[in-house]
Amino acid sequence: MWDEFVRQFNSTFINDDMYKLFLEGFKNTLILTAAATLLGCAIGIIIAVIKVYHHQTGNGKLPTVLCNIYLTVIRGTPITVQLLIMYFIIFAKFDNAMTVAILTFGINSGAYVAEIFRAGIMAINIGQTEAGRSLGLSEMQTMRLIILPQAIKNILPAMGNEFIALLKETSVVGYITVLDFTRAGNLVRAETLQPYFSLFFVALVYLLLVLLITKLLQLLERRLRKSDRNQSA
Amino acid sequence: MIEINQLSKKFGNHLVLDNISYEIKRGDKVVLVGPSGSGKSTFLRCINMLEQPTSGKIWFNAHEITSDKKHINRIRQEMGMVFQQFNLFPHMTVRKNITLSPVTLKLMSPEAANAKAEELMRRVGLLDKIDVYPSTLSGGQQQRVAIVRSLAMNPVVMLFDEPTSALDPEMVGEVLQVMKDLADEGMTMIAVTHEMGFAREVANTVLFMDEGKILEEAPPEEFFTNPKHERLKSFLSKIL
Repeated sequence: MWDEFVRQFNSTFINDDMYKLFLEGFKNTLILTAAATLLGCAIGIIIAVIKVYHHQTGNGKLPTVLCNIYLTVIRGTPITVQLLIMYFIIFAKFDNAMTVAILTFGINSGAYVAEIFRAGIMAINIGQTEAGRSLGLSEMQTMRLIILPQAIKNILPAMGNEFIALLKETSVVGYITVLDFTRAGNLVRAETLQPYFSLFFVALVYLLLVLLITKLLQLLERRLRKSDRNQSA
Repeated sequence: MIEINQLSKKFGNHLVLDNISYEIKRGDKVVLVGPSGSGKSTFLRCINMLEQPTSGKIWFNAHEITSDKKHINRIRQEMGMVFQQFNLFPHMTVRKNITLSPVTLKLMSPEAANAKAEELMRRVGLLDKIDVYPSTLSGGQQQRVAIVRSLAMNPVVMLFDEPTSALDPEMVGEVLQVMKDLADEGMTMIAVTHEMGFAREVANTVLFMDEGKILEEAPPEEFFTNPKHERLKSFLSKIL
């Protein structure tokens, strides 16, 4: 029994430098998640600002319509399908799968981040905007200096959840040949014909990563709340 | 200084301001009173275009602001506005609240804005609070900071939108005192308020608004002792 355990461990991690596959996959999963999150935030903020601007002033109808189409399509279709369309159709002539993956997940995440930001911005009292504008600040200056800093603080928990969801969603990126952590585990499984070690290990690492991120977010949130308390002490 | 010509404002089908014309001259202290829903606040908010008038024209120093959206930010720099809910920026210290706009708009260097903020805060008796966050201040203190924030822009006219309505009674006096000092220094001001004592003491003209119209306009003495319009008589009998 013990011998069998050691043998499987060795063939999953040690023999043929299998651990290098896991490391490479882990690295790609982290890069993909981080880059897509950044892109998603950038897209999300822009979309949210356009939608809020339209809501408050009635201006910018065309951009708003475009935003709504984007949100509907992205949120109404599976990420795997989006990934395949991007890789095999839109970027068919472009063979850097990782870049395509970052773009796809970033664009996908942007749709969800947009809604988070929109809700966060709308939750800020309209009086804040009016105060900024009455001081002569432009719409953009008011948004950037007064509204967004307050909104970002409120939406941090929701953004954390989005980050965790994205981390797990990237596990389908193997469909377009990117060697992420899931695909690494699956390759090892196929190579060694021993599913238990490879797949449970992959699941365990994701779980630990999610727990770690959750913990970090809790700490961050607690610190923000503490600074709130200090302000009102 | 401000000329309002046939100003109307509709919210949907509801006519809030009904063809109002009025002129405010430099140094005027105008107090607007009237029942709630009479359009006082909307009138005030139209003057700096926080509300878009449905029709009519407003000139500010011979500049038609109703047609000139491009310069509205520059024009607002010269019109201070104080809100019922203070609307201080909670994520910034009092100092940052005051200096944000003059520095961002490059009207003052950070040093000059700081000096100005300190001078104004000293004048309203809150210099020791300049580096705290707004949430640590009482309502009356917050409103005084809000007034200072507007004054830091060197406005030529101040608009007050029920500045004491959200305050506990014991804090009303300190805010009115700041407004009164401001009036004594010659600031042009338009105030919507329910503080009849302030209207009596500070205003040179009191306007009574109801159903979107200015029904009466008189110096305070005459306004309170000899009201002409029936509606004003009944309004005064209810509040005095």
